[in-house]
Amino acid sequence: MRLKFIEEKIAKGFMIIASLAVFAFVVNIIYTIFRRGIPALNWAMISQIPAGGYYNGGGGGILNAIVGSLYIVLGSTILGLLISIPVVFYLNVYLKKDSRLAYIARLAFDVLFGIPSIVYGAFAFTIMIYLGMHTSLGGGILVITLLIIPIFIRSMDEVAQQLPKDLLDSTYALGATKLETIKVVLRQIAPGIATATLLSVGRAIGDAAGVMFTAGFTDSIPTSLNQPAATLPLSVFFQLSSPNADVQDRAYSAALILIFIVLVISILGRLITNYFSKHKI
Amino acid sequence: MKSYPYQNPSRATWAEDYSFLNNDINNEDGQAFNKSYLKVKDLNLYIHKAHILKNVNLEIPDKKVTCIIGPSGCGKSTLLKTFNRLIDDTEGIKYEGSILVDDTDIFDKKTEITDIRKKMGLLSQRPCPLPMSIYDNIAFGCKMHGERNRKKLNQIVEEQLKAVGLWEEVKNRLNSPASKLSIGQQQRLCLARGLAVEPEFILADEATSALDPISSKHIEELFVKLKQDYTIILVTHTLRQALRIADHVIFMYLGEVIEAGPADEIFNNPKQELTRKYLEGAFS
Repeated sequence: MRLKFIEEKIAKGFMIIASLAVFAFVVNIIYTIFRRGIPALNWAMISQIPAGGYYNGGGGGILNAIVGSLYIVLGSTILGLLISIPVVFYLNVYLKKDSRLAYIARLAFDVLFGIPSIVYGAFAFTIMIYLGMHTSLGGGILVITLLIIPIFIRSMDEVAQQLPKDLLDSTYALGATKLETIKVVLRQIAPGIATATLLSVGRAIGDAAGVMFTAGFTDSIPTSLNQPAATLPLSVFFQLSSPNADVQDRAYSAALILIFIVLVISILGRLITNYFSKHKI
Repeated sequence: MKSYPYQNPSRATWAEDYSFLNNDINNEDGQAFNKSYLKVKDLNLYIHKAHILKNVNLEIPDKKVTCIIGPSGCGKSTLLKTFNRLIDDTEGIKYEGSILVDDTDIFDKKTEITDIRKKMGLLSQRPCPLPMSIYDNIAFGCKMHGERNRKKLNQIVEEQLKAVGLWEEVKNRLNSPASKLSIGQQQRLCLARGLAVEPEFILADEATSALDPISSKHIEELFVKLKQDYTIILVTHTLRQALRIADHVIFMYLGEVIEAGPADEIFNNPKQELTRKYLEGAFS
């Protein structure tokens, strides 16, 4: 057999091994979470807030953390979209292809992308102290928004940069101003917006370090932006820190709930994406 | 008289193929040429330091098909995109001179760029439908210009789809995505979309080069039909196409207009040596 075919076989072998390794890893994580989480999972977990002594094996559930996480994800996703869509639109429609400002802005977003969430948390905490804010739901939403904006912008921008020049030209040729092309642009990059949202939601719901300083933790459900809010990752953390094995198992149930929420959001996201991208050219 | 390749009888089957056009370029009465809507005066265009269009002076006759021909990179498309100022978005662009549409200078600061563009329907090389339904593709422009009445919109959509012969093919699936249409249908949809905002000109930038022969034929037929109501300016690489449908021809070379005039004059009796050589196929 010729050498290049042997090379091909070896390379293909490596690819299969690498793929299997990743797959085995995922299966292992899910298996562990299910094995320890399922027995501890019950209706009270998702329908009640922690009762007294919950972290020492007492009754109750983690509704506080579920609701807190959903509030933060929802709030920061909406805020994030409101801020990043105009940025992406400006970068791709108003600025010319080889604009210096666009280059610098993209570089800045790349840098922001790489900043760990604990740094955002610390930064936001300093500002909150300066403003005299307490740890609160509002603070949590703010810091998570900061965290996901670079994700939003960079992943939408990747798609928006592929906008066909002809498409914009065709729209201008109908007498559209740059602003009036937004309807066309948004529809064309809709799949990008959906992907960006999924990535951001995943990051937002799983972040523990950013919200630790800013949203705090509480056993009750926040009723206003000024009250502290619990989050699922922190709930997992506190339960895992317990010496009590039953409470540790509950941490796995909480992780299971977290994964389930992400899964539901992902599937919903896919459906919505398919709906909006049916017109993409 | 010397025989040019495109006059070679063995190659002249196109004349039979396209006899349906029945619009002999030679039977112009020549009077309409006197009136012209679009005038280019001393136009010079630079991109950074490069001199792209050199001292262009032109008159485009009203309600005729004008073909701009010339070798690649001679500035045909640039000139076309200057007419509706799409060229504005290019980095380092600078122009001198004027282009008069209806005696309004399109470079004038007081002229609203959207008005200019609304007057000029654009048909690009590859069809580029908007990412929306067939219906919305046509209605988009009208809605943008303030038409909200549903009945009126329905009427416009039907009218324009009929004008490009697409109505029968799509009337039962107006709400399906435009991207699902065949490429030839897409190009006709784009034409209809342009017509819906009531332009006076149609600018076509090699509008048939990405299409199959049947679809190109469709588009050519449409141009001939539409010239009753619109002034059509067509950039083309295909000399035969120019020969088939042009009333007026502009030959450009390296950013200059070498020769412009009625089609039969340019094709049968070019005054410039360069034009003659290009038509003979000495260079392309």
